[in-house]
Amino acid sequence: MGNHFAGHRRLFYGTNAQDMKTVVTVKNLVKKFGNFVANDNLNFEVYGGEIFGFLGANGAGKTTTIKILCGLSVPTSGEITVAGFDVYKQREEIKKNIGYMSQKFSLYDDLTIQENIRFYGGIYGLSNEAIKAKTSQYMETLDLYDYAKSRVLDLPLGIKQKLAFSVAVMHEPQIVFLDEPTSGVDPITRRQFWDMINAEAEKGTTVFVTTHYMDEAEYCHRISIMVDGRIDALDSPDELKQQFEVDSIEEVFIQLARTATRA
Amino acid sequence: MKEFIIKEFKQIFRDYRTMTILFGIPIAQVLLFGFALTMDLKNVHFAVLDLAKDEHSRKIIDKMDASDYFIFDRYLSSFDEIETVFKEGIVKEVIVFEPNFSQILTKENSAQLQIIADASDPNVANILVNYTQAIITNYQQNLFADNPLGKMVRPEPMFKYNPALKSVYMFVPGIITVILLLVSAMMTSISIAREKELGTMEVLLVSPIKPIQIIVGKVIPYMVLSFLNFVIILLLSFLVFDMPSSGNMPLLLAETFLYIFMSLALGIFISTVSSSQQTAMMLSMFALLLPTILLSGFIFPIKNMPDILIWISHIMPSKWFIIIIKGIMLKGAGLMDVWFETLIILAQTIFFIILSIKKFKIRLT
Repeated sequence: MGNHFAGHRRLFYGTNAQDMKTVVTVKNLVKKFGNFVANDNLNFEVYGGEIFGFLGANGAGKTTTIKILCGLSVPTSGEITVAGFDVYKQREEIKKNIGYMSQKFSLYDDLTIQENIRFYGGIYGLSNEAIKAKTSQYMETLDLYDYAKSRVLDLPLGIKQKLAFSVAVMHEPQIVFLDEPTSGVDPITRRQFWDMINAEAEKGTTVFVTTHYMDEAEYCHRISIMVDGRIDALDSPDELKQQFEVDSIEEVFIQLARTATRA
Repeated sequence: MKEFIIKEFKQIFRDYRTMTILFGIPIAQVLLFGFALTMDLKNVHFAVLDLAKDEHSRKIIDKMDASDYFIFDRYLSSFDEIETVFKEGIVKEVIVFEPNFSQILTKENSAQLQIIADASDPNVANILVNYTQAIITNYQQNLFADNPLGKMVRPEPMFKYNPALKSVYMFVPGIITVILLLVSAMMTSISIAREKELGTMEVLLVSPIKPIQIIVGKVIPYMVLSFLNFVIILLLSFLVFDMPSSGNMPLLLAETFLYIFMSLALGIFISTVSSSQQTAMMLSMFALLLPTILLSGFIFPIKNMPDILIWISHIMPSKWFIIIIKGIMLKGAGLMDVWFETLIILAQTIFFIILSIKKFKIRLT
């Protein structure tokens, strides 16, 4: 499976590092809930056009970090910028420049495909013409003509998920956050979904993705692994495997997760 | 925001369950309370054990039979039959005339007659006895109208604001109060909780749309629908039940608007403390709907309650709204008559809005 995206990965690393724009900067991020330290001094950067995998066992603190980056939560301390904006003072600017898709797909079941596109387009302030253009584009590329009049409720899971992703990047954000986007989806659909992610990244959109599937982690350009609120590993999948002297990211993950003291 | 309101309307109109609750229940309730569940009694069967069988006993029976309230069922022949006839269940009242009723009545001015009512339903029994007494008193008064011996004090009761004592006058304000609260508070809280449950709320919060826009977008459709509902109930009560419509209409509309606003604020508050539709529903049903029906004075008079319940009833917005709406619709009250109640509802509205905003802010950090 790794070979499938090998060409793409080489392309990414072939680009000159100085050309790469930093889309997310996190310096000394700490988030406390009372005495509980959810994020313990995180430091990392995410570059433009990169697929950044954000891994960690349940309760490691991933969701807290994503919420802070999306402006849903305020950090206790640290310097954080997203899409060039400060998370303390410019949350409204950040919201215009990011996309978000949760594992729940975030579409309205009782609305049709077109109504969903229209609604989210409207919320992001897209013009009527832009919304119309996007609608016909998605109908075409996702091959939705059979479902034109159906409500989202009646769509197959795979199509729902692809549509949710398309809607999340409809306003052409600098970075899109995907929170376990493939949970509960069959392997073929997952594969197709990752094709979409790659295509989007090639257009220059940065993708920040959390997942529990270790084969998906292999598709990422770089991954970070969180343990007990800290980032214990951060590099490309190949580098990490070498570093830990194992054959798969799964083994890297298990080695690190074993050191966790938090349940 | 425009998109949001359009979406909200589409979702409401598509959900036939919501539509049923919104429009089916109010109409069904008004019609039910107006026609079926009325406390006015009509055509109750009564039996007579007439030991006199003379002029006046017959006339009294005829007079009762001629009224809307009673239907003469049959004559009984012995005291034992009273028990039997009640057990059959159709006859609810038995009248017993003493022997020589007319003779004693004309000579001694005080003949005896016994009213026996089936009190297995005490309210019904009470009403029947009152009706019967009224009919007999009236008969007696006519009988002695030109007899100097019969001169007596004649009280003339007058039931102001509801001369015919129609219970629909009491139910319509009550239903309006309950339905508006139900639609506004329960529907908004469920619809916000649904967005949380399905994960769309998260997406909305990540998007550039502001929380206040989300709330306003949620509130406007339900405000429109609640108002429409109010108008439907009001029209029904005017057209079908001949409620008096002499009250100050603009004031009534303004007060209703305030009450709907209060209910919406309450609904938003409920949604901030509940994470699922189920919780929102439970909270609205048990913490809101039941106390509203029981403690607002809609069905049970507050004056007869123990002190602690009277105190609880004071914090029910519905109690104050019922006073306002009855005042305006039945008594033609003006703002000067209901300013105190209005002020209380206004204070409650502000209270719930402030509480919701605080809750919403806590959620963000």
